[in-house]
Amino acid sequence: MAKRPRSKPAAVVPEESTLQPLPKALSGISGLDTISGGGLPRGRTTIVCGGPGCGKTMLGMEFLIRGAQEFGEPGVLIAFEETPQELERNVASLGFDLKHLIATKQLFLDYIFVEPSEIQETGDYDLEGLFIRLQHAVDTVGAKRICLDTLEALFSGFSDEGVLRSELRRLFRWLKDRDLTTVITAEKGEKTLTRHGLEEYVSDCVILLDHRVQEQVSTRRLRIVKYRGTSHGADEYPFLISEHGISVLPVTALEMRHDVSDERISTGLKDLDEMLGGKGFYRGSSILISGTAGSGKTTLSASFVDAACRRGERTLLVGFEESVKQVGRNMRSVGIDLKQWLDSGVLVHEAWRPSQYGIEAHLLRIHELIETVKPQHVVIDPITNLINGSGAKEIYSMLMRLMDYLKSQQITSIFTNLTDGNESAEQTEVGISSLTDTWLLCRDQELNGERNRCLYVLKSRGMPHSRQVREFVMGADGIRLIAPYVGAGQVLTGASRVAQEAREKAEWLLRSQEIERKQEALERKRGALEAQIRALQVEFMAEELELERTIGQQRSRETQLQLERDAMTRLRSGARAADEKGLAADNSGEPK
Amino acid sequence: MKKPAKTKSKNGGNNPPALELRLYVAGQTPKSLAAMSNLKRICSEHLDGTYTLEVIDLMKNPALAQGDQILAIPTLVRNLPVPIRKIIGDLSNVDRVLVGLDLRAPDQGRAKKAAPSGTAVGAK
Repeated sequence: MAKRPRSKPAAVVPEESTLQPLPKALSGISGLDTISGGGLPRGRTTIVCGGPGCGKTMLGMEFLIRGAQEFGEPGVLIAFEETPQELERNVASLGFDLKHLIATKQLFLDYIFVEPSEIQETGDYDLEGLFIRLQHAVDTVGAKRICLDTLEALFSGFSDEGVLRSELRRLFRWLKDRDLTTVITAEKGEKTLTRHGLEEYVSDCVILLDHRVQEQVSTRRLRIVKYRGTSHGADEYPFLISEHGISVLPVTALEMRHDVSDERISTGLKDLDEMLGGKGFYRGSSILISGTAGSGKTTLSASFVDAACRRGERTLLVGFEESVKQVGRNMRSVGIDLKQWLDSGVLVHEAWRPSQYGIEAHLLRIHELIETVKPQHVVIDPITNLINGSGAKEIYSMLMRLMDYLKSQQITSIFTNLTDGNESAEQTEVGISSLTDTWLLCRDQELNGERNRCLYVLKSRGMPHSRQVREFVMGADGIRLIAPYVGAGQVLTGASRVAQEAREKAEWLLRSQEIERKQEALERKRGALEAQIRALQVEFMAEELELERTIGQQRSRETQLQLERDAMTRLRSGARAADEKGLAADNSGEPK
Repeated sequence: MKKPAKTKSKNGGNNPPALELRLYVAGQTPKSLAAMSNLKRICSEHLDGTYTLEVIDLMKNPALAQGDQILAIPTLVRNLPVPIRKIIGDLSNVDRVLVGLDLRAPDQGRAKKAAPSGTAVGAK
């Protein structure tokens, strides 16, 4: 019935002209235009095929709606499966107002219903009615784009396959002649891309959608099977259907061109800032905190959140392990009050079960939160829970995309990652460590019958950082990072460190007591000596007094003697008696 | 727009017409012309006249194709009595037209005539 499709993408050989690139029409679907190198082939037909529920109709609808809204290209939707009301409802959930588009003649919707039980074939016929309706629809809005959702429904309505196939061939020619950029959706067949081999008629572009469930988690994939005349991404790309339509995640196509900031922001812990060159993280960098269970990852990130909120910077905290209130209580026990930030609105804390959605939906919700909250910092605690049930490779690409997105928005991101505690603690399960700028590793160290938390900076791009393993101590007064005791070829932490420190303290005490004793002896000696000096001084002073008195007496006697000598001289020279008498009376008491 | 091509009523309008037919064509193509002449013959041979017939040319009124969900040309639509029946093709196979119009049971063929009262159809 239908040819086997040429499975691999066609070689990149321009079909018509080697000089002119193939004209393309932007689909407006985020990511699809990137991997298709600019959109779908203009004026040609693209087949979108896939199993039920894989998003074919959505892709077709978005192609038309975005074409009308963003590129001014009116579109026609020919729906074979869903009524206009159903379609309206379906796209209303994506925020598209179909009614408005129809009313303003940007979109024309025709519902073609084929009910085989009503139809009796009685001779020659063709599908001219279909063409008339198409022409009418195209003319009504002046359409540039058209989507036929699911054209193969015709096969159930008409039994004469010969007529049908020749009419289909005519249809594709008709579409091409009118230069309509066409999307045709088709159900995937068992061996063929489409159930009725439509790809036989159309060979310009074939997009395969896939919706698979792996370990109970669904993922959607998109692959451009062929795109004649152009190069395109040939991989399978995961895609999401979100509130904003389809979003293909072309991880590898993203360029790394985001700006970087030189600004440093505190980690919330003085000790940790010190370890990171004294200043903390770079703003807008991505930080990975990995560690075993209970090693303090959440607490570390909470202290960062606390510091950020204290600076008044909006922060988004997404938790997968604990409820908002539980985190609040637990963090209070180490002196971090997150509730005040929640109340003031600077912190947005969301928590949901990791099993609630598939990986794509998680990331989608995170994306949406980021868009609504517009945070400066995002903490995701932990990414490990996202990994459950999905392949590591997908996670890797999804997280890479998320990190890239955050970096491009200059949002600092902290991811915590639970490692399983064996010797490969330095190996994150999804290998995202290579994507992160700063990687802190929390580890339990077991020694002498106790476990102690240790933390070290495994890497930190663009800054000098400590290579030391610090002991990580949490208490009601907060978190401290203590340099562990290093000596005798071993690193001691916890009780061992405390014991060692106590020993050292005792020794120090002994030494200081000795010094004190000696100092006291010295004081005593000095006291005794000083007393002696004081006694001698007193003695000396007494002696000095005595001597001075004697000296005085001696001097006055000397003066007296001189006077007597003068008197004698006068007497001998016959002076007056009165003078003699007076002199005699004066000196009566004195010995001669 | 709609042009009632033939309206016959032997009862003089006492009863509503038992059959309401519309024939959709697209221009004067051979198939359309064949369908029209085949239909005329069938009507005159097998219907007792209690029917209405409209012929709609979609070339002139493309918007009308939507209402009756017309894809194939030519299509004969039996609107009444319900359920709606669609007979596509140039109506060259008279038996199938009659089966399609519920004027004859598909299995019983010529042996027994299952038809609305009074329409004795002795085909073949």
